[in-house]
Amino acid sequence: MPTRVLLFFFLLFVYLPAISQKYSLEKSLVSFFSEAAIENIKAQNAKTSSLLNATTGEVVFSIPIKDFKFDKSLMQDHFNEKYMESDKYPKAIFQGKFLNLKLDETGEQRVTALGKLTMHGVTREIEVTGTVQIKSNQILARADFSIRLKDFKIKIPQLLWNNIAEEVKITTEFTYKPI
Amino acid sequence: MKLITFCFFLIPGICLSQEDLLKELQQSEVKEKEYISSTFKGSRLINGQTIETRYKGELEFIFAHRFGPMNGGLYELYGLDQAYVRIGLEYGLSDRLGVGIGRNSVDKTVDGFLRYKALRQSKAGMPISLTAFGIMAVKTSPKDEDAGYDITFQDRTSYTAQLLIARKFTPALSLQLMPSFVHKNTVDQSIEDNDQIALGVGGRIKVSRSVALTTEYYYRFNVHDSNPYYNSIGFGVDIETGGHVFQIVITNSRGLTERAFITETTGEFFDGDIHLGFNVTRIFQLKRDRKE
Repeated sequence: MPTRVLLFFFLLFVYLPAISQKYSLEKSLVSFFSEAAIENIKAQNAKTSSLLNATTGEVVFSIPIKDFKFDKSLMQDHFNEKYMESDKYPKAIFQGKFLNLKLDETGEQRVTALGKLTMHGVTREIEVTGTVQIKSNQILARADFSIRLKDFKIKIPQLLWNNIAEEVKITTEFTYKPI
Repeated sequence: MKLITFCFFLIPGICLSQEDLLKELQQSEVKEKEYISSTFKGSRLINGQTIETRYKGELEFIFAHRFGPMNGGLYELYGLDQAYVRIGLEYGLSDRLGVGIGRNSVDKTVDGFLRYKALRQSKAGMPISLTAFGIMAVKTSPKDEDAGYDITFQDRTSYTAQLLIARKFTPALSLQLMPSFVHKNTVDQSIEDNDQIALGVGGRIKVSRSVALTTEYYYRFNVHDSNPYYNSIGFGVDIETGGHVFQIVITNSRGLTERAFITETTGEFFDGDIHLGFNVTRIFQLKRDRKE
């Protein structure tokens, strides 16, 4: 009998962290910025969904492409229709891991995320370094990085006067809460 | 034995891999309605309208131009000596409701119109987009004193109502049906009725990211035997660059208001009465910060 009780508690210990250390997004903002000849191109997306397993550092993101909002609706249409082909590839997905996440550290810590980014039908390994701050009931994660459009087979229009830069700067801000 | 059972229970705890995390994420995502956008590149197919409305706060300037018929020969420089122009503006009051004005040199016609996108095609939902279009057009030619009779404002006025029904079948292929009703206040009843019904069909095929081929045809139903006009037909190429859409067309119509091209097309396409023309649109975003 005591072994059974012991087993029960042991199992509880094995499962509990795995369950209680999972986080989902409370707030998110993904924005991108690209310098162009006549006007800069920028858009914001607040519809990202993500799950973070803080114990293992594993993290996944799913970003709906059509929810990138531009100042100019025509630009948004072109972004979806001509460049991202979002009818065909509706989401950008990142699957990866925070490599050096320290759960007991309360200040801002530099963390590297390594994983696969799938976008516009192309999957690539990427490494992003950002900052993570662990609060009592929240985890804040921030990162700035660049991606090359060519890597994801996103064509850059040649004949346009409104040329798009080869690299696009991406800023992400996530606020996680435990589930 | 107990140890094996114990280990068995342990497996799921360790196996919380990224794949599982992703699956869990996908399950938790709320499916939002996804509307199909960019069924057509512009608000015009060839001569007539498409289901596309301007987004809220957008102003579209459209300059449309038709040359004379190509069968005028070298004397008319294959039609280039003549020009029929419509200059128009359309503004998006909301993402679905647009209002516009224009003036066409054919019969010196001034028009005002409204369009409302009542249904929007969506993924795994509504199969079509439907836009209701209504236009009022006033012929300001001939002058009152030249009309030969006591011409009134009513005589000069006509109305057209259309239902534009379109479906984007694939990212490249969109088709549209346009049941149309034209009412002209004053007509020569020996050749036509005041009320005329037509059905338009049209479509576009994208051949590259920025270029599409288009076509449009209006079939009229209640045509008198003595009616001298033809059904309107046209073919075009859409070229899109940034905020511009260029449409290069060939058509047997020269008028650019619904009354003129649906019911008063003077050219017989297959007899060489082909007008080269183009529509150029430029979109200005007057109000920024698009809200859903």
